[in-house]
Amino acid sequence: MKAITTSTRPIGQSVQRPNPSLKGRGESLANYNVNTKGRRRKGSIWRWIFQLSTMIGIIALLALLLNIINGAFGYAVLEAKVDPATLAVNGVPLEEQSKGQLIGVLQSKLSSGAFNKLERDQPFAERSRANVYQLVIERLVKYDIKASWPLWDSLTHSGEIKATFARDYPNAQLRFISWFTADFVSRPQSSEALTAGVRTAILGSLWTILFTLLLAFPLGVGAAIYLEEYATDNRLNRLIRTNINNLAGVPSIVYGILGLAIFVRTLEPLTSGELFGLVDPTTANGRTVLAAGLTLGLLVLPIIIINAQEAIRAVPQSLRKASYGLGATKWQTIWSHVLPNAMPGILTGTILAISRAIGETAPLVVVGASTAISFDPASPFSKFTTLPIQIYQWTSRPQDEFRSLAAAAILVLLVILLSLNASAILLRNRFSRRL
Amino acid sequence: MAQPLPNQEKARYVLEVKDLSIFYGDFRAVTSVNVPVHRHMITAIIGPSGCGKSTLLRAFNRMNELVIGTSIEGEVLFEGENLYDPAVDPVEVRYRIGMVFQKPNPFPKSIYENIAWGARIHGYKGNMDELVESCLRQAALWDEVKDILKQSGLAISGGQQQRLCIARALAVQPEVILMDEPASALDPIATLKIEELMQELKKNYTIVIVTHNMQQAARASDYTAMMMLSANGERSGTVIEFDQTNRIFTNPRDKRTEDYVTGRFG
Repeated sequence: MKAITTSTRPIGQSVQRPNPSLKGRGESLANYNVNTKGRRRKGSIWRWIFQLSTMIGIIALLALLLNIINGAFGYAVLEAKVDPATLAVNGVPLEEQSKGQLIGVLQSKLSSGAFNKLERDQPFAERSRANVYQLVIERLVKYDIKASWPLWDSLTHSGEIKATFARDYPNAQLRFISWFTADFVSRPQSSEALTAGVRTAILGSLWTILFTLLLAFPLGVGAAIYLEEYATDNRLNRLIRTNINNLAGVPSIVYGILGLAIFVRTLEPLTSGELFGLVDPTTANGRTVLAAGLTLGLLVLPIIIINAQEAIRAVPQSLRKASYGLGATKWQTIWSHVLPNAMPGILTGTILAISRAIGETAPLVVVGASTAISFDPASPFSKFTTLPIQIYQWTSRPQDEFRSLAAAAILVLLVILLSLNASAILLRNRFSRRL
Repeated sequence: MAQPLPNQEKARYVLEVKDLSIFYGDFRAVTSVNVPVHRHMITAIIGPSGCGKSTLLRAFNRMNELVIGTSIEGEVLFEGENLYDPAVDPVEVRYRIGMVFQKPNPFPKSIYENIAWGARIHGYKGNMDELVESCLRQAALWDEVKDILKQSGLAISGGQQQRLCIARALAVQPEVILMDEPASALDPIATLKIEELMQELKKNYTIVIVTHNMQQAARASDYTAMMMLSANGERSGTVIEFDQTNRIFTNPRDKRTEDYVTGRFG
């Protein structure tokens, strides 16, 4: 065989014209337009386009975060109906009073009817000092927010804000308020912006997600195992597979209507706890945490099935063969090899499902989430509200300060979402490491 | 499956293929094969690509059934009993007739677990450490991995992985070991080790091996089945000659076999 002479051609030159030094080869090489430079240039243009789309995504995300943070902090003008200084007892200012003194203040300033109602809601003996203090602020001092500014204005225009404050609100005080605080997370809901918190909504969301996962995870993974490992490839099964994909695209409000019809109405004895004799006195019917969790469970079921199917399909066939070759049964193969290897992918799908479910508002509105409850859900049969419902409700209020509350609640929602996902990711990594 | 009667002398053949045809859907991949497998011998199946060697091998432990749409005609007798009898459980067939695959495919578990798992699913109650050691010793792998038993089976070299797969197959005490081109993904040194190992193993087991490598068949096997696509344009494989290996390679009866083993084919 003759030696190939192409190596004499300088690298980097495109061969478009016959090269006389290549003699006989020139003719055939003329048909090639190697043009490596041009090919690289085209590649780098695509690279820039992809980089740009990533950047746009990141910018949009940053804008979202900044917007939320902007709303969650800032100056506010507070005007007290009753000056806290006048509520001092024997010269002890309100902030330093003991629980007993605070109760005394309440008793002396409130009408006896109002005081007794508070006692009936929860006896004062059982209330904490912080709770009583909050009652004093809510019922007696009654701060009214006259104006509020977002973080950006508060930082850049603080001079103007202070001037406006001095001119327009002589009897009020200007405070820099962080709406997103530990208190905000631990306080129950309230109609007063300053004392409102999201504990009720957080607990509602967590309870709901718990039942969502309890329904959707085993059912979804089970269905995926059946469809991938057991179901034969007939017309019915193909139809089912296609329609699971369609179900994942059904608008969530439709699931809400379904949930209302099935879980709230038809299965009311179950979802209200009547069946177990555990009816929560506060719930009139099936509009409970359980009904909401099951509805969201139906909603995320297709997501979990699809992702679990993908994960199971991605388990190499050679592993199954190795297992069968040892005389393992189908179930032994699935349990010992398919599932452990598919688990990281299944958990990724579960993360997606949690993210979807925790942010859902529409179906819960239909299923009957309460908008204003101030007691925590205590059982599957409690009335509930969730963070997105709370956020939605606050953003629709006319007052500016409720939008700040909504921004703070969004931050809480993001933190919860991230921590739930982080735990799923940790779990996934543990499975991946074992392999 | 009934055990062979103890007082009856064991037949010469462990497996006997009788007029076997294998179908993928309507496509007849293998036609009318008649081949015996001698006890404690190595039987090689050779032939060009796509002539149905692996399909025939998989018919010996019913692995073909894992592919949807396969069916067979004819019989495969194992210790005199038809493997395809409706009363026979394929799981038990695969338990008694083990398999080693073309590409090393250890489980993504520790080396120890790779071997222990098979024994455990079949209810092994003895000392697992001893079993693991004896299987690894039989597979000539013990000295190389005895200190890293807890490491992943995927962390060792390809040749070691393949021997691990052989050790894994041994752990369920099969009677026959089927090997589907076990050395095709390995370098010559690792290949040689596998071949030496086969010579050791045939003292206790019966081995059937599919190979592309004719030198390997000539070196390692006792009997050889030569497969070829049928000449009638149906593109269906069949065994055209079966004999002792040295006869196949020195004095074949079929002209096509001679052309193939001397490298004059095609």
